[in-house]
Amino acid sequence: MPETLIFYVLSGLAIGASALVIGQPNPMYSVMMLIASFGALAGMYIQLDAPFIAVAQIIIYAGAIMVLFLFVVMLLNAAQEDAAEWDRSHPLRQPAIARFGGLLALLLVVQLAWALLRAGGLGGPVAGQVDAGVVSSVRELGRVLFTDYVFAFEATSILILVAMVGAVVLARREEGPTSSSKEGSGP
Amino acid sequence: MELRFLVQLGIIGFTFFMLINASALLVLAERKIMGFMQQRYGPYLVGPHGLLQPLADIIKLLMKEELRPKGADKWLFTLAPVLSITAAFAAFAAVPWGAQTTFFGLLDDPVSLGVADINVGILVIFATTSMGVYGIVLAGWSSNSKYSLFGGLRASAQMISYELSYATALSAVILLAGSLSLREVVDGQAGTWFGFIPSWYVFLQPVGFIIYMIAGVAETNRAPFDFPEAEQELVAGYNTEYSSVRFALFPQAEYINMTTMSAVGADLYLGGWHGPFLPPEYGWIWFLLKIGAILFMYIWVRWTVPRYRYDQLMQFGWKWLFPAAVLNLIVTAALVLYFNA
Repeated sequence: MPETLIFYVLSGLAIGASALVIGQPNPMYSVMMLIASFGALAGMYIQLDAPFIAVAQIIIYAGAIMVLFLFVVMLLNAAQEDAAEWDRSHPLRQPAIARFGGLLALLLVVQLAWALLRAGGLGGPVAGQVDAGVVSSVRELGRVLFTDYVFAFEATSILILVAMVGAVVLARREEGPTSSSKEGSGP
Repeated sequence: MELRFLVQLGIIGFTFFMLINASALLVLAERKIMGFMQQRYGPYLVGPHGLLQPLADIIKLLMKEELRPKGADKWLFTLAPVLSITAAFAAFAAVPWGAQTTFFGLLDDPVSLGVADINVGILVIFATTSMGVYGIVLAGWSSNSKYSLFGGLRASAQMISYELSYATALSAVILLAGSLSLREVVDGQAGTWFGFIPSWYVFLQPVGFIIYMIAGVAETNRAPFDFPEAEQELVAGYNTEYSSVRFALFPQAEYINMTTMSAVGADLYLGGWHGPFLPPEYGWIWFLLKIGAILFMYIWVRWTVPRYRYDQLMQFGWKWLFPAAVLNLIVTAALVLYFNA
């Protein structure tokens, strides 16, 4: 029974923290809540006997990506979310846009319910598809990743590379006589 | 069964106690070594040769008034030092510090000297130490002070940059050992080459060891990379607004992080508790000596090398240290593949 109890505590924590990410106005607290949510997810991975994925979750999401989030929040130094967002006259509050958002939310609920029902019918979402030993052993995980799932793996790498190149292009300052007042003329 | 449980509880308590002592002793050692390097005595009045100075410091800090700036964020201001110290202590939990032992026949099965034996131990340590940055960043933000904010911003940028080189240097050792468990990495370094060179990974990974040490200094925010608290520019950086016990937790976390960094370095590169002359039951003496040597180097560097400029730190981290670490990893991977195939 303790395992079930831990599962419910962790899921409660994950859902509660996720709700608070969007449910309260201070962006700093949102970041902290997201970290808590990731921590709870990592705990669940450990319960699923996948310690490597749990640690990777913490290193990559909680340790690296959220530090960058925090960095941006601090750099903008926004103590409170923009009050305009809560204003009735805000463009996002227009009826057409609100209806579209409502439709998307409804679709998400239907999709979730469908997925959960289907998973219940099959007796577990991953049963029979992935060998349990693969998830718990780092060596096996690496082997499977570079053989059976190599296309998905490489496609993801290219996706990340594209994002990286895009960030560099966006952040690059146009060098030339017309731009940059501070750094003088370009090459 | 009960005896085993008690012994393990004892080991956990002992590790915790030694870590607290380590942070106190390191403060004293730092001041003594600094004094020696600057041709003066250092603390000398409290106790014989100033040995009780840390105790006096602790009492002083406990007696001080706790202040909180009016504009500070109440919750995060309190949470930040706690986060720092928790991450520091938790990281050491995955560090083994001695060979498996039965305590001279007291137990039937040998227990591991160390809090927890985790099969992805290296990653756990890495994940936990990377959580420590939140303490510093939150302290900087929640203080609602310009100096603190700059300290926190610098900490986040610096730690992201150097964590990358740090992790890449670690990966090369993981490749050599073929395991993510710190105990297995240490046991892979038992024995000698040609009968007299200890088979430590530092001889196979000299570049990796240097990268590990440099990145380790940056990770723990020590001089010459102590930008988050650069006194000459930021008063005291992220902990400017802190006082009393809350303040004390930050340096303590820093010293414990240093100890963890040294312990992991000793385990990964210097053969952990393996060494010549001593029987395996006394391997922890070797381990202590190695930690001591690395810690001395930390302090030595701090009082020898002046602080860099911030742009130099970023340039060095991204343009030199990280490419060197990646090159080291690729070469190691190729050699491991060549010799194992």
